[in-house]
Amino acid sequence: MITPPNFPPPGSASDPPVVEVGHSRLRLLIARTRLALHSFRAGWSIFMESRIGVLSLVIIGVFAIMAVAHPILMLTIWDAETYDPVTGYAFDQVDQPSAPSWRHPLGTDPLGRDVLSQLLWSTRSEFVLGITAALVTVAIATTVGAVSAYYGGLVDVFFMRLADLIIALPGISLLIVLSALFKLNLFYLALVIGILGGFGGTAIILKSQALSIKVKPYIEAARVAGGGHFHIIFVHIIPNLLPLSLLYMMFTVTSAIFAEAVLSFLGLLDLRMSWGIMIHTANTGGYLMGGTRYWWLVVPAGASITLLCSAFYLGGRALDEVVNPRLRRRHD
Amino acid sequence: MEANQPHTPPAAAEGLVSVSGLTRQFPVGRSLFRRATSFIHAVDDVSFQLNAGDSLGLVGESGCGKTTVGKLLVKLLEPTSGRITYRLPGLDGAAGQENAPLEASAIIGRQLRTFRRQVQMIFQDPYESMNPRRTIYDTIAEPLAVQGMGTVLDRVDMVSEILMLVGLTPPATFLFRHPHELSGGQRQRVAIARALVVEPAFVVADEPTSMLDVSSRTGIMNLMQQLAHGLGIAYLYVTHDLAVARYMCHRIAVMYLGKIVELAETEELLRNPLHPYTRALLSAVPVPNPEYRREPPSIVGDLTAPIDPPERCRFFDRCPLATHYCRDNPHPAFEEKAPGHWVACYEV
Amino acid sequence: MTASAAVPVLRVVDLSLRYLTRGGEVKAVQDVNFELAQGEALGLVGESGCGKTSVANCLMRLLPDNAQLVAGQVFLDGQDILPLSEDQIREYRWQRIAMVFQAAMNALDPVYKVGQQVVEAIEAHGVEPTLSLARERVAGLFRMVGLDPALMDRYPHEFSGGMRQRAVIAMALACDPRVIIADEPTTALDVIVQDRILRELKGIQQRLHMAIIYISHDIAVVAEVTDRIGVMYAGRLVEYGPTAAVFRAPLHPYTAALMGSFPSIAGEKRVLANLSGEPPNLIDPPSGCPFHPRCLHATDVCRQEIPPRVERGDQWADCWHPLEAAPALEPADNGGT
Repeated sequence: MITPPNFPPPGSASDPPVVEVGHSRLRLLIARTRLALHSFRAGWSIFMESRIGVLSLVIIGVFAIMAVAHPILMLTIWDAETYDPVTGYAFDQVDQPSAPSWRHPLGTDPLGRDVLSQLLWSTRSEFVLGITAALVTVAIATTVGAVSAYYGGLVDVFFMRLADLIIALPGISLLIVLSALFKLNLFYLALVIGILGGFGGTAIILKSQALSIKVKPYIEAARVAGGGHFHIIFVHIIPNLLPLSLLYMMFTVTSAIFAEAVLSFLGLLDLRMSWGIMIHTANTGGYLMGGTRYWWLVVPAGASITLLCSAFYLGGRALDEVVNPRLRRRHD
Repeated sequence: MEANQPHTPPAAAEGLVSVSGLTRQFPVGRSLFRRATSFIHAVDDVSFQLNAGDSLGLVGESGCGKTTVGKLLVKLLEPTSGRITYRLPGLDGAAGQENAPLEASAIIGRQLRTFRRQVQMIFQDPYESMNPRRTIYDTIAEPLAVQGMGTVLDRVDMVSEILMLVGLTPPATFLFRHPHELSGGQRQRVAIARALVVEPAFVVADEPTSMLDVSSRTGIMNLMQQLAHGLGIAYLYVTHDLAVARYMCHRIAVMYLGKIVELAETEELLRNPLHPYTRALLSAVPVPNPEYRREPPSIVGDLTAPIDPPERCRFFDRCPLATHYCRDNPHPAFEEKAPGHWVACYEV
Repeated sequence: MTASAAVPVLRVVDLSLRYLTRGGEVKAVQDVNFELAQGEALGLVGESGCGKTSVANCLMRLLPDNAQLVAGQVFLDGQDILPLSEDQIREYRWQRIAMVFQAAMNALDPVYKVGQQVVEAIEAHGVEPTLSLARERVAGLFRMVGLDPALMDRYPHEFSGGMRQRAVIAMALACDPRVIIADEPTTALDVIVQDRILRELKGIQQRLHMAIIYISHDIAVVAEVTDRIGVMYAGRLVEYGPTAAVFRAPLHPYTAALMGSFPSIAGEKRVLANLSGEPPNLIDPPSGCPFHPRCLHATDVCRQEIPPRVERGDQWADCWHPLEAAPALEPADNGGT
């Protein structure tokens, strides 16, 4: 342990008052928590000032409630035989698909399954898919961006050419090919989307940001302090990349949900149920041809895809304002 | 080459930091597939020595290489050639003996950690030299934390102590603030605290006051002097401002396009500048006295970048004293024209 | 119109400016008064945030949206320019009053040739009837500021810092203004270039008999190039007078502190005075004299009441406890070897 240095009193200035500094770990923790809360609140107030931010949050909130509602309904008022999203059958209805009724607020599908139950059940998987894909993307892109900006040279060339290659590939077509070759379930789909996003465009964007952080004098200051490569990348570069990473997380959620919808519609995914599959079911039964007559087969799922995708996208835009001070209205 | 002989005779390296023939070139227009053919000679054959508790001002115009010298001394950059020898407490010499001179290129691994404790730097820009996401405590404790000095609680005490020392009192009100909540002067105090918290023997200060307001500038200058004097820290003060260097340093070295052209005790240099560039520089500095009349500096042309400069004196093109001899001969040697007064010029 | 030295070309009366911000009203400029005669050079000095640049922006009528003029008049050649419409002000801006901006790189558009930008400024104000005359005029301006007219067809990035600053000065001179405002004209430049630019500017000002306002935090620069000096603190002009007189014997303790904290290469090495504390927050400025929290001479009256004006010859200051006429600086070592 280093003893505090014996500093001589500064020449002209009078001796500074001796101030007691808290010695407990708890006070350190409290101070840090308070700080985190404070900066969260500051960011929150900017976010809440943007109308689209609030709107997107409300939409995401509604879908979150829907996702939580399904297991609760299944446990309480819905019996599994009738309401299971995959194996259920509405014995109370004569014709399938049946129009919305009191017992089936959004009607049933051609196989006699409750549409509302399907919708709610799928919401949960959409969230799981979107968030998994986003986390994978951001974890990869942030690391790749930071490492390739920091080390430069061949590492940088390799990752950037890889990113170019991925961008050049048509994403959905690639997923179609992959789904034909492998059985893609929800998790693998999230992983594939995450990896493509992480090594692709997001990595380039985060790398350019990391480059501007790398040349800041505080990086040099950290080196003079004795910090190694690992310290600099994880303590200085990545934390400063995180706001932007968060933003791209939001955008990745959007693209993941959208990609799932497309693949499910084409019937290429190994999923129990999803919004895309709901539309797929309606389509294979030929009900999409009937105009608006069987609207409950398409509109709930279609609207959900659109709404949740745009909510995450708009949320990202609002977050952009928090993250990117240049977009912020000046108030100092 | 000098780099091949790490053993320096002790007599030749009495100083805390000895620099001889230090050269650093930066390639121009290099890419992955193309080797650079041109080089900026940012620092070219620079030699000087600093003793414990000494202070040297490195003065010159922008692009003269003064900051590069500073970065070379703290090992943020590696020299192209030439050598820097340190004689720092805790740093073992090449043969393993304690407190013996050690060459910069030999400082690796465990030695480098010790080196980082003994040699610190204060940066120019108080706004950019601190990670905006980290608190003042994190910033100052960084060197302690990465070197594993003390426990978290010890560090809080050490940081508090140094905060008081740099005049940020009471420390508890500063510990957990972020840099953007502080004024420029306060941040530069934090920067000084970060450099001094490990009790270094040598500090490079890279224009620490040039971005500050007049009033906070004086505070920082006085603080640095008091602390360096009180703690026996030697420092290299890099600045473009001769007036500031006058107040901060025992000796001043004037740089021009990568070369030190003159080095002398501060007052000697101001009263009796020998090199024509030093004279020009001195006569260009405005004086805060309306009744003082300055002669216009006798210097022609504009500053150029030292990209593949010719062998002759770097100042030749702009020099009022230049002769054919200057044109036909290499850059003049750095010679002691009077006791402690070194100049590189044929004409003085 | 021929104005004698007695008729001020620029008169600023009771100027007060606020910025409306989220945190509150920033009282950026308060009750500023000064006059500028033709051919005169005035220096406005003070710490950053003291309102120097805000005053300049008022004079140019270049104010951000959240700025609010509370009171005051700015007479340029006897005409109050503050109530003028945006169209009317355009006739004044650049033709009567022009500005040399702080950051020369930002003042020049990187995608246009430097000469072209000055030509456009001339054409926009209809000073010259034809393009060739305008180009000729720019060539003349370039020569005046010490630039080779051949450089007219170069782009800003091909210029060095000093050349850019010269080009910006040429631009300011393009329409023969009567007043030039130079906002930190040499801050980013090296001393030797700074010295040349300042000499150039001074020479032009004397030749053309223009009025010029230097805005700077560098009192050494202001000491050398101005006839009068105004010291600003917390949005107020706290001291004003002939430069030589103010430097010889400042009345206001702030002026003295500012001068005492400035290092110099000439004369004996003095101990630099610490001007402790920070400039006040202009949303909630201190009561009484704004300088009292940092002032060594402050008493209760300073804390409570706005200080009165004290005059000594042409020099005045707003202070309760003005300094005696003791030499603030030792006589300079003029015959330096």
